[in-house]
Amino acid sequence: MIILKTEHLNYKYSEGTPFAKTALTDINIEIEKGSFLGLIGHTGSGKSTLVQHFNGLLKPTAGKIYVDGQDIWQTPKQIRRICFKVGLVFQYPEHQLFDETVEKDIAFGPRNMELSEDEIQKRVKDAAEIVGLSEDLLKKSPFDLSGGEKRRAALAGVLAMQPEVLVLDEPTAGLDPKGRDTILERIKQYQKDSGTTVVLVSHSMEDVAKVADKVLVMNKNVVAMYDTVEQVFSRSDELSQMGLAVPSVTKIFMGLKKKGIPVNPGVFTVEQGKQELMKLLPKGGTL
Amino acid sequence: MKPMIAFENVSFCYRSEEEDRIDLFEDFNLIIKKGDFTAVLGHNGSGKSTMAKLCNGLLKPTAGKVIVDGMDTADEKNDITVKKTVGMVFQNPDNQIVATIVEEDVAFGLENLGVEPKVIRKRVDEALQAVDMYDYRGHEPHRLSGGQKQRVAIAGIIAMQPECIVFDEPTAMLDPKGRAEVLNIIKKLNEDFHITVVLITHYMDEAALANRVIVMEDSKIIADGTPKDVFSHVELLQSVGLDVPQPTELMYELKKEGYALPEDILTVDECIKAIETLYGG
Repeated sequence: MIILKTEHLNYKYSEGTPFAKTALTDINIEIEKGSFLGLIGHTGSGKSTLVQHFNGLLKPTAGKIYVDGQDIWQTPKQIRRICFKVGLVFQYPEHQLFDETVEKDIAFGPRNMELSEDEIQKRVKDAAEIVGLSEDLLKKSPFDLSGGEKRRAALAGVLAMQPEVLVLDEPTAGLDPKGRDTILERIKQYQKDSGTTVVLVSHSMEDVAKVADKVLVMNKNVVAMYDTVEQVFSRSDELSQMGLAVPSVTKIFMGLKKKGIPVNPGVFTVEQGKQELMKLLPKGGTL
Repeated sequence: MKPMIAFENVSFCYRSEEEDRIDLFEDFNLIIKKGDFTAVLGHNGSGKSTMAKLCNGLLKPTAGKVIVDGMDTADEKNDITVKKTVGMVFQNPDNQIVATIVEEDVAFGLENLGVEPKVIRKRVDEALQAVDMYDYRGHEPHRLSGGQKQRVAIAGIIAMQPECIVFDEPTAMLDPKGRAEVLNIIKKLNEDFHITVVLITHYMDEAALANRVIVMEDSKIIADGTPKDVFSHVELLQSVGLDVPQPTELMYELKKEGYALPEDILTVDECIKAIETLYGG
């Protein structure tokens, strides 16, 4: 089933002024319900502009967006309902924490949905558990949390609204390796358990390779590739030419391939690299 | 020669309002030599940033001494000279920019020091050229990319002609292109301008560029050596929640499986060569 679809989506910033700038050109994509999509592209490629269309934050200059089969701009007055279906977590979401306690902050979204108090409490508790925030932290001021905890609290605020599609814009930026892995594992687990569709916007192909099923590559305002992780990452040369930072392990395999050694250049994690080389290299021996 | 920065039995504690004192450093010793490029690794909360702020007297030790080029940072009369000697660049470029025009921003520190206008002009131009931002001197900083803003922030520090710059995760908020720009500048400052560099980072490939790597955990140094030395301790680094560069990890994993590969591999090229040798031989 298709949960989200765009049809000839075009967007221009500041249209009708001398500063008009095209940000998206003829985007046609379909996102399968329950899938985990990685969205990559360098700064200015249009990836953030695209995801802001998913929940109606931006209105297309031309073209259509369907969520759950419904044209979201058909009745513009009801756009608020779409916002609840597609949850967007911005970059550095911890900058948006504002309430007195972590608990109240997480409850803000559900409260705006006019849910019952019992339901709100339940959702706050569930969301906190998903992101791994302990109960004693819920009573604290969000500003007393560590950087990683703040990030998780902000994420819980969106999860508590139980969106059908969860869009995360660079959720691991600025975190240390441990914090990065924790966040990614939690999100992956949540996607598996709840069947929520997840879109992960990232600069890091390593991160995308670890969690995504499919990858959408944006380049110069258009969709450059949209395929499975293996298919997209096997075109590492093209990705590299688009100015994307290809992981060093991929560079190793691209280099080996150039030297005529029969390897798959689409290796994106150390584990894959290890498996690939174990098939190839003779064991043992001395240096 | 006097060391650039020397930590001598330094202790440091915070006092928070509700809780009692939190001891961060206890009897911490470290010497940073002039001209060196030192990378400091450690996960969040390992004490890296506190150490950085102790380097130029932004924080003063509770016990022990921090000596910058022979000057005790705790001595008030050294305050200005110490801060002129050791400059700092922080994570978020937006928090470090004060003026509305790039060149005015770079001149800000010098104006505060009462430097002559003619000298300011010269030093600002030189600093902007050093970070490849001279062509943007008349631009508004808020229209620049993250990497460009961070380079302007660096130019503001270079204009003060410090002997040493401490970078506290300068690339954490930048995209891959911005990261590469800033790193190139950091390397150039060390190699061509002979500025002593202390680079605090989460990125292992950035640390691999330094000639010395220090790993911190619980405000203690748990590893100290050349990148090759330090990164060969894969298990130690992973145990404190850090990665190693991917080429190093790949070689380590294969070695564990019984392949005859060298331990001290850091770069992609070294890795390709080692695999080629094993494959061909």
